[in-house]
Amino acid sequence: MQKEYKTLKSVAGPLILVEGVEGVKYEELVEMTTAEGSVRMGRVLEVHNDTALVQMFESTQGIATEGTKAKFLGKAMEIGVSEDMLGRVFSGSGKPIDGGEAVIPEKKININGAPLNPYSRDFPNDFYQTGISTIDCLNTLVRGQKLPIFSGAGLPHSRVAAQIARQCKVRGEESNTAVIFAAMGVTFEEAEYFTNEFKKTGAINRSVMFLNTAADPVVERIATPRLALTTAEYLAFEKDMHVLVILTDLTNYCEALREVSAARKEVPGRRGYPGYLYTDLATLYERAGRVKGKKGSITQIPILTMPEDDITHPIPDLTGYITEGQIVLSRELHREGIYPPVNVLPSLSRLSPTARKITREDHEGVFGQMYAAFARGLEVRDLAVILGESALSDIDLKYLEFAKNFEQEFIKQDETDDRSIEETLDLSWKLMSALPKSELKRVKDEYIEKYLPKETK
Amino acid sequence: MKEGKVIKVSGPLVVANGMKDAKMFEVVRVSEEKLMGEIIELDGDNASIQVYEDTSGIGPGDPVARTGDTMSVELGPGLLTSIYDGIQRPLHLIEKEAGAYITRGINVPGLDHKKKWNFKPLKAKGDEVEGGDILGEVEETTLINHKVMVPPTVVGGTLEEIKSGDYTIDDVVAVVKDEDGKEHEITMVHKWSIRRPRPVKEKSIPVEPLVTGTRILDTLFPITKGGAGCIPGPFGAGKTVTQQSLAKFCDAQVIVYIGCGERGNEMTEVLNEFPELEDPNTGEPLMKRTILIANTSNMPVAAREASVYTGITIAEYYRDMGYNVALMADSTSRWAEALREMSGRLEEMPGEEGYPAYLGSKTAEFYERAGYVKCQGSEGRTGSVTAIGAVSPPGGDLSEPVTQNTLRVTKVFWGLDAKLAYKRHFPAINWLASYSLYGDNVRDYMKKEVSEEYEPLKVEAMNILQQEASLEEIVKLVGMDALSPKERLALETAKSLREDFLFQNAFDYEDAYTPLKKQYWILKCILTVYYEALPLVEKENFSFDEFLALPIMEKVVKAKDIKKEELEKYEDLHKEIQKAIQAYGSKFQLEA
Repeated sequence: MQKEYKTLKSVAGPLILVEGVEGVKYEELVEMTTAEGSVRMGRVLEVHNDTALVQMFESTQGIATEGTKAKFLGKAMEIGVSEDMLGRVFSGSGKPIDGGEAVIPEKKININGAPLNPYSRDFPNDFYQTGISTIDCLNTLVRGQKLPIFSGAGLPHSRVAAQIARQCKVRGEESNTAVIFAAMGVTFEEAEYFTNEFKKTGAINRSVMFLNTAADPVVERIATPRLALTTAEYLAFEKDMHVLVILTDLTNYCEALREVSAARKEVPGRRGYPGYLYTDLATLYERAGRVKGKKGSITQIPILTMPEDDITHPIPDLTGYITEGQIVLSRELHREGIYPPVNVLPSLSRLSPTARKITREDHEGVFGQMYAAFARGLEVRDLAVILGESALSDIDLKYLEFAKNFEQEFIKQDETDDRSIEETLDLSWKLMSALPKSELKRVKDEYIEKYLPKETK
Repeated sequence: MKEGKVIKVSGPLVVANGMKDAKMFEVVRVSEEKLMGEIIELDGDNASIQVYEDTSGIGPGDPVARTGDTMSVELGPGLLTSIYDGIQRPLHLIEKEAGAYITRGINVPGLDHKKKWNFKPLKAKGDEVEGGDILGEVEETTLINHKVMVPPTVVGGTLEEIKSGDYTIDDVVAVVKDEDGKEHEITMVHKWSIRRPRPVKEKSIPVEPLVTGTRILDTLFPITKGGAGCIPGPFGAGKTVTQQSLAKFCDAQVIVYIGCGERGNEMTEVLNEFPELEDPNTGEPLMKRTILIANTSNMPVAAREASVYTGITIAEYYRDMGYNVALMADSTSRWAEALREMSGRLEEMPGEEGYPAYLGSKTAEFYERAGYVKCQGSEGRTGSVTAIGAVSPPGGDLSEPVTQNTLRVTKVFWGLDAKLAYKRHFPAINWLASYSLYGDNVRDYMKKEVSEEYEPLKVEAMNILQQEASLEEIVKLVGMDALSPKERLALETAKSLREDFLFQNAFDYEDAYTPLKKQYWILKCILTVYYEALPLVEKENFSFDEFLALPIMEKVVKAKDIKKEELEKYEDLHKEIQKAIQAYGSKFQLEA
């Protein structure tokens, strides 16, 4: 028997204190009905004797301490999932907003998920070709990985994410794929860009979208990625699909968390973010991967914009500690008109050593050589700024040239350019052929023999 | 046992009343689901409890059952090759009970109580024994003989009875009668509270290095068996790779690896890899000497706090048998964050950056459990626990509280550097910032076991690397031409040290592990070039381009490719280097 309470004591930001309650449980879902009859959802954040602190998922505007009814539903927040969700668009709290009928759920699942037993995980090891050279060759993506894009305001992270979603595939496999897109606090235009992009390529039929735009309630964002990931887990591990989850923009999500934390008057960690930000983010990011004995997988591409392009800001910092690498975008390259502006040196894919073993025999060496050569090229470029190009040795000049070509030919590629890994590696050899053979220390001699373009030998 | 009632729930913190005579750190079971929790604060009738499992659905009025025990681990044969969560629940049993996702209220024993072990007695009836004495042994894995000891809590007496044959860990294998005539039945298992260090006879200064096979660590910044070290570094700098490499190759006999609040896939990787990889010291699968504790970032926060204590208690147990144990905790920052979260929920007054004021003392307590000791018992055996903790400072900023508190108690600092990682120089340990205070301790050992020359070579190498740092500034400002020939030589040698000695590929099996002698030889070959060239560079017609193009240089670069089984080849190489450079030098003498 669910009881309704009219004993709201206070409303502060997204938090409501209800008094005189009985039998209320932690994390329980609460339905608030205002005097006008509008219904909003929230959850119990803390319960102490007969008072419950409720965090709303929707705006508290219009909620009065008099006349509002609080109903405790005796269960945590759930989402009804079904394969029919594919092709549909939902709000950040999971209601259909594409004008279609409500989805008839096959089952209802708690959106908080449970931690996956590390013993039950299967290590991701399928090379996921994105067709983007800087990712495939240098920061290889693996199906079941969580690889975020660290971007900044005004950088084309959406285009990069959309390109990955469009092009990524495990080669030689006709697979059952789905894309789940969760927007948190992004502009209407950005959300619309993804919708149109998916429509244009027909991917919309294989995708589920959860949209919380900048105009939607801030606290709803805390639930949005969980709805998306719960749906993803259902499709991946119960319906055998390979699911790609794009979450954008995690910075807005963290700010929503901070808002709730501040309203609770918690002791803050760095820059006002709550001390449990790491744990909270982990409960999102760790919901990627593969499970032993299941066919499906979840690959996560979270996007976050670094405030002031500062990679040491708590959000990218804590993210980097949880995710398996990061793709960092560079403002400088973007200014020079290079798309995709992947900042190669700080980017990293932790799972790439496994993937490099299965692409092509020369990949490992090429990877090391391209990195080392480009890093050297950039050092020479710095030196040239101070000393002038005339002070450089012949070999340094070659590296300078290499760095330029690396940016113009290797990093830069068209938005529709879907390069196979062989094309990418061959292109690498072409660029490396401009360097003297004695400089190619990280590739094995037999591969130099086999892959280095003949005319330059 | 008496029961209390929940009055408050806030995340992993539950407050219960009716707990008047409960003890600090007593284990309780919360609600009908029997979630495991531990009392961390008592206030009159109320007890604050940190709950090791998800607390959703718990509310005021739920029962809290007391157990009377403190938080303990089960110690006995069967620990090795296991993978546990933070409170010693085997993950494979959790999977069996709950499936792929970890649900709540799962109660599984830490050790297999049904399996029979073959107990071989080493003592006879009538022998006098004391706490810590070895009664017999059991072959736990092909690598480790598990010593069954008189538990440290038993004072000692006469052995009334001792058995031989196949027994479960619950069967009585020996009976000890103490001075008062009281009989103590001894089984192969006993429980030990995780927050209480196991007693030892005495601690001593560690003098033997823990050989890791990682060149920069063993040669420049050695750690001892029984030492404490830390690896702080920003993300992507290679903390985990370094820790895993230590776990794989270091010459400890038992490894305890704690994945504390880290990635799930990393633990999966260890699980897949360790049974396959061979221990370079014995040739057996690595898993046979390893115990894994995995409390990944998304598993309950309070169990993360307990995981490091669970790990070090198990490490101490093997130390007591007389083994050298190495413990890796990755990452202690996540443990500190768990402390911070609980402290915040207890509404304690925060210290720096929201961390509790007792962060420093807790950190010190943990690292002090490492050490080289004379074990309890009359046999006078020694054992050690080496503790190596990774630290994840936010933004790579080493001034933050966790790093600073750790540095105060650890004697080895392996500082990882994002800039080196960006250049893909691995291990990305900054040779200028790192330090080891064990250099003096291990000097005699190195002299005896490796070479008299090892120490002076090492000092020279550090000098050259130091010189490089200051010279690079000059080169950046005025170019290479401004350097004197000697300075130029130092720069070239430093480059060679960096690329051919310090750089090490953890994913290449031959390169990943370098024994001490081989490290010495590689270093010697590189520095021979330096010493031989030193008198030549000042000559009038000396050209660096010509010198560096000498065919012998190629061989110096490849010096590390000589297999560890063929160390005698280094003698030849060393002579060859000397000869080649002297031959080149004779050219100048003729000209003169």
